[in-house]
Amino acid sequence: MDIFLQQIVNGLVQGSIYALVALGYTMVYGIMGLINFAHGEVVMIGTLTAITVAGSLLAAGMPPALAGLAALIVATLLCMALGWGLERIAYRPLRNAPRLTPLITAIGMSIILQNLAMILWGRNYQTFPPLFPKVNFELAGVHFTAVQVIIVLLSAATMLSLTLLVYRTKLGMAMRATAQNPAVAGLMGVNSNRVISAAFVIGSALAALAGIMVGAYYEIAHYQMGFMLGLKAFTAAVLGGIGNLLGAMAGGILLGLIEALGAGYIGDLTGGFLGSHYQDIFAFMVLIVVLMFRPSGLFGEKTGDRA
Amino acid sequence: MLEVTGLHVAYGGIQAVRSITFHVKQGETVALVGANGAGKTSTLKAISRIVPATGDVHFCGEKMLQIPPHDLIRKGIALVPEGRGVFPRLTVAENLAMGAFIRDDKAEIARDVERMYAYFPRLKERETQLAGTLSGGEQQMLALGRALMSRPKLLLLDEPSMGLAPIMVQKIFEVVRAVAAEGMTILLIEQNAKLALEVSQRAYVMESGEITLTGNSAELLHDPKVKAAYLGE
Ligand SMILES: Nc1ncnc2c1ncn2[C@@H]1O[C@H](COP(=O)(O)OP(=O)(O)OP(=O)(O)O)[C@@H](O)[C@H]1O
Ligand SMILES: [Mg+2]
Repeated sequence: MDIFLQQIVNGLVQGSIYALVALGYTMVYGIMGLINFAHGEVVMIGTLTAITVAGSLLAAGMPPALAGLAALIVATLLCMALGWGLERIAYRPLRNAPRLTPLITAIGMSIILQNLAMILWGRNYQTFPPLFPKVNFELAGVHFTAVQVIIVLLSAATMLSLTLLVYRTKLGMAMRATAQNPAVAGLMGVNSNRVISAAFVIGSALAALAGIMVGAYYEIAHYQMGFMLGLKAFTAAVLGGIGNLLGAMAGGILLGLIEALGAGYIGDLTGGFLGSHYQDIFAFMVLIVVLMFRPSGLFGEKTGDRA
Repeated sequence: MLEVTGLHVAYGGIQAVRSITFHVKQGETVALVGANGAGKTSTLKAISRIVPATGDVHFCGEKMLQIPPHDLIRKGIALVPEGRGVFPRLTVAENLAMGAFIRDDKAEIARDVERMYAYFPRLKERETQLAGTLSGGEQQMLALGRALMSRPKLLLLDEPSMGLAPIMVQKIFEVVRAVAAEGMTILLIEQNAKLALEVSQRAYVMESGEITLTGNSAELLHDPKVKAAYLGE
């Protein structure tokens, strides 16, 4: 029972991070039908930028809270610019190209960003500076850290704000309208380029936030970390129904829980043959099962509430 | 107000509109009638910059074929597209709000929404319902209301009667007439030639991408050629 509750908490934390990243995939897909495979690399750039900024500010004697805030702001702004630039440079010229072309371009952009990060930050693991107090709590036999609490609360607040943005503002309405019928949204005066840019910029801001969270949680980062994280978040988006906001959130949390519980019990399930480091197989089993039996995901209808 | 000169639309090798010339004056309701595939929708799509076209379209003295499509409504042209084009997963209220996307005057927008609900009480009843769940007739009401929400100078209507029960057609056209009576300039496309000729002052008849006949609607209604070809008499 202790393991169960403990893994629920761990899964919730990891799932919140997946959800934030999955939202970036799903927003872009919802509006323009593109799977932006470079999105995981935006997360990675966010983590590494935060490490550099926070690390140097801490070294200069700034208090951790301020250094953390500065890292958050710089990483978020940089990632927003990166997402905006990706769309402008790599995807916009391919707006009317066959669907495979932008997809391959996305993979190319992901490789370019990885290599760029390798040049800038090197091949070695980077350690995330100690920004948060190392406090542990215990509740009903379950242990959790301050970082875990912050991750879950901040993700929840962010997802709530995004939902309000999409469902309660004019920009959000224009985004949904564009996702549903771009030509008619244009007739209403919506500049689809702006809406698409907004989707990339907002998604990248969420990616930066997620990047800082993973960094603070695992305390290490690496130029290749975006690949696996991106793939899992994409899985979460597909699980929830790609293009569907609520689906990305639910899919992320659910995937985090499946992985954590899987990792907690995989030893028992396989009679000790596989250890918890095999937890990655769960995400991809989920992906395969969803694609085989319910490709539209949990929340996706045939048409899906895109964006 | 609207002057179309030598408008030409081609889809690959298919010449859908062949160099047509026509105009709409301020305050007029002009009909463009013709059989299936005559090129009516293509003409409207060209004017609204949805499909590429050559030739000239002047609106209030300004060249229209050069401006980006999303600026058309800012110039005062609103289209009710063929097949209605409502946003299926936005509510009725949100669809109307989308019609007022370019406007910022909240109080006036709210007043216009009430005006649309007065035109179409059915929409008021369905206010919070997703537009995709509406009947075809209700969607047509919504598409018309949405277009009016931008307070356009020129209203382009593409077959508002298509696929609707006679009672619905009657309701829609009551509003079209009312809007026209208030001074709106309208370019109406219809396969239902009788209806179109009754509502409009002038009309153009289109056949295989060309305008073959034009005149006062009242006279065209009694034109033997029109009667034979379009009125089934
Ligand atoms: N996207 C397209 N690609 C290729 N051909 C097209 C396309 N759209 C229309 N056409 C062709 O152009 C011609 C004119 O079509 P258009 O839709 O303008 O006719 P219409 O007068 O509106 O007909 P209807 O009364 O059936 O709506 C038709 O022959 C049609 O097949
Ligand atoms: Mg047509």
